[in-house]
Amino acid sequence: MSIAGWLQIILVLALVVVVAVPLGGYIVRVLAGEHNFLSPVLAPVERGFYRAAGVDERKEHGWLSYTMAMLIFSLFHLLVLYAMQRLQNYLPLDPQGFDPVAPDLAFNTSMSFVTNTNWQNYAGETTLTHFVQMLGLAVHNFLSPAVGLAMAVALARAFIRSEARTIGNFWVDVTRSTLYVMLPLAIVVALALVVLGVPQTLLGSVEATTLEGAKQVISLGPIASQEAIKELGTNGGGFLNVNSAHPFENPNAWSNMLEIWALLVIPVATIFALGRMVGDARQGRSLLWTMAVVLLAGIVTLYAAESYGNPLLTALGVDPSLGNFEGKEVRFGQAMTALFATATTGTSTGAVNAMHDSLTPIGGLVPMFNMLLGCITPGGVGSGLYGIIVVALLSVFVAGLMVGRTPEYLGKKIEAREMKFVMFALLIYAVNVLGFSAASAVAPFVVGDSGYLGNKGPHGLSEIIYAFASTNGNNGSAFAGLNGNNLWFNTTLAFAMFIGRFGYVVPVLALAGSLAAKKKVAPSVGTFPTTGPLFVGLLLGVIVILYLLQYFPALALGPVVEHFLMLNGKSF
Amino acid sequence: MLQHFRPAIVLIILMTLLTGVIYPFAVTGFANVVFPHRAGGSMVLRDGNVIGSSLIGQNFTSDKYFRGRPSATNTPDPNDATKTVDAPYNAANSSGSNLGPTSQALIDRVKADVENWRKAGVSDAIPADAVTTSGSGLDPHISPAYALLQVGRVAKARNLPEDKVRTLVTGAIEGRTLGVIGEPRVNVLELNLALDALPAS
Repeated sequence: MSIAGWLQIILVLALVVVVAVPLGGYIVRVLAGEHNFLSPVLAPVERGFYRAAGVDERKEHGWLSYTMAMLIFSLFHLLVLYAMQRLQNYLPLDPQGFDPVAPDLAFNTSMSFVTNTNWQNYAGETTLTHFVQMLGLAVHNFLSPAVGLAMAVALARAFIRSEARTIGNFWVDVTRSTLYVMLPLAIVVALALVVLGVPQTLLGSVEATTLEGAKQVISLGPIASQEAIKELGTNGGGFLNVNSAHPFENPNAWSNMLEIWALLVIPVATIFALGRMVGDARQGRSLLWTMAVVLLAGIVTLYAAESYGNPLLTALGVDPSLGNFEGKEVRFGQAMTALFATATTGTSTGAVNAMHDSLTPIGGLVPMFNMLLGCITPGGVGSGLYGIIVVALLSVFVAGLMVGRTPEYLGKKIEAREMKFVMFALLIYAVNVLGFSAASAVAPFVVGDSGYLGNKGPHGLSEIIYAFASTNGNNGSAFAGLNGNNLWFNTTLAFAMFIGRFGYVVPVLALAGSLAAKKKVAPSVGTFPTTGPLFVGLLLGVIVILYLLQYFPALALGPVVEHFLMLNGKSF
Repeated sequence: MLQHFRPAIVLIILMTLLTGVIYPFAVTGFANVVFPHRAGGSMVLRDGNVIGSSLIGQNFTSDKYFRGRPSATNTPDPNDATKTVDAPYNAANSSGSNLGPTSQALIDRVKADVENWRKAGVSDAIPADAVTTSGSGLDPHISPAYALLQVGRVAKARNLPEDKVRTLVTGAIEGRTLGVIGEPRVNVLELNLALDALPAS
């Protein structure tokens, strides 16, 4: 670890907070339909969209109608993306003449993008045409976070309304999120990335003759425009196979800082937005502190573990001063790799600037743990906010049990009905991750010698757990030694993504409906305060106990045992 | 439920036009007018021919050139499409090794590479980037330590005084901006171009 490394980490995090505060206020105004500085340009577009779509922006939905709209929108979009991939050889913008994508891979990829996961079983530059990348994937990169933001704001509205039957208009929320939040930021970041060297061209590739006279075909494409929204929308699906480790997606230290900033800024802004919506900034700040503690602990652990190096290689005569360097890029170094890996899994982004499969066991445990939490530190666009609220509700419930009072959160009484939705959402994660992981771990065609694992021993199990933690948490990063492009993993991972997204948000929206219908109660002396260090400590305690109980046995058999075996000089 | 069909279909079409067509084409148009070199992938020309991209590493094997890091990229086997063969620095198929820290395959590979350095007369600890593959397989940079390690070999192969080559390398080292941002590194392609541009001694 170095001082320069820490300064870079602190600089990026500080820049996130500095922009997130005003951005949070902006998000609140936009989603309330208030006039803002982009209205003169975008309001006519917005009205045109509503007119064409037959949307009455003043008419709001109850939770069930809101949920149906979200599901229908997602289903239609899934079908469109599937059809595009299967027919890509008949569609334009195919400079490399690719074949149609196989059915199971197309299904997996469609689900991957609809759920904001962006798990990559495809290799961008050798599988998908520019048409699919631009009109298929990039569009989802805008809309799936917009849907996430819509749902988070709908849940936040449930807290500020009293005895309300509606939680907002889904179409209006999605349209405003896309037009006013995602699109303007994407344009700015995309142009900044081009300035920093990220290509943006319609060419498929350029053929070069190297200094030694060899032929080198260099894949190209409209990378910058996709890279920008990939990070801002906490999507993470790379234009190129190795994602942000590729010098074209991430050419230097500056682009790396910009990308980390971009993937954190909207989730953090959304937490500040909650504080504004409920009229008490401390409520947002307390949630953010909780997230920050988990995030910072992850950065310290990952940075320290990777800087120590791999003792098995040090024993062979490799200088450990650069740290564990397999799968990492010289231009990023350990500090900015550690920050990227922690931030991309604390959010639901899943972009990578190093190969996570080659991290040390403890280094790899950090992203895995972040994703097992459901990517809530600080979470994906929207999903971070509703994810942390679910955990906060559980925390006030636990505190309520201890002192024998009816728990309240943000002026709403939390009763049996709400707790059922909360528990359903939390338990479905554990069943999803552990169920699929267990099934894969005993399937001979997965773990056998000619199976789908890239590494043997405990690291092989880590690859499986990582895959389902990632897809369930809608993250999308991978221990990419795992061969996911086969019928088993294309299918199971797609279902894990589906359950991880929709199995979670449907109870969350039901919760929103239930809370909105309740009367707002004024805080009394008996109300457990949900701000300040005591609440942050309680929230952290619940997170640690809840998730360690669920996942410790699995993690002990994967990264933990691998760590001790590595220290004892074992290899597989 | 049916009342949601029209907005779903219409908004998917309109959003696809806006974010899938207008957005990327507008960015492409602007980028190619204002920053054509960068938008085109920072290609390096020599005598009018494309010799590579300054952002993408190349597979240098000759003793006359500085070498990059080992690369894990591959290409489909021409004899059997279901298999792949090693193809270092294949910029049409980026890939890392994805070998875990306790992988025997990783240890065997690094051991063989370290032994090659020992045979070449290096007795110190080997810089990690000289024997590990990068995340992309296309890393254009190496660490200053790895570059300096190669000075003797390159100087000998080119019949140049070592001091001259070393000066070239130290001049090619890019440090941290303002002492903070970035990592100390050397761009291998640019260094080798500078080497080729040296007047013959």
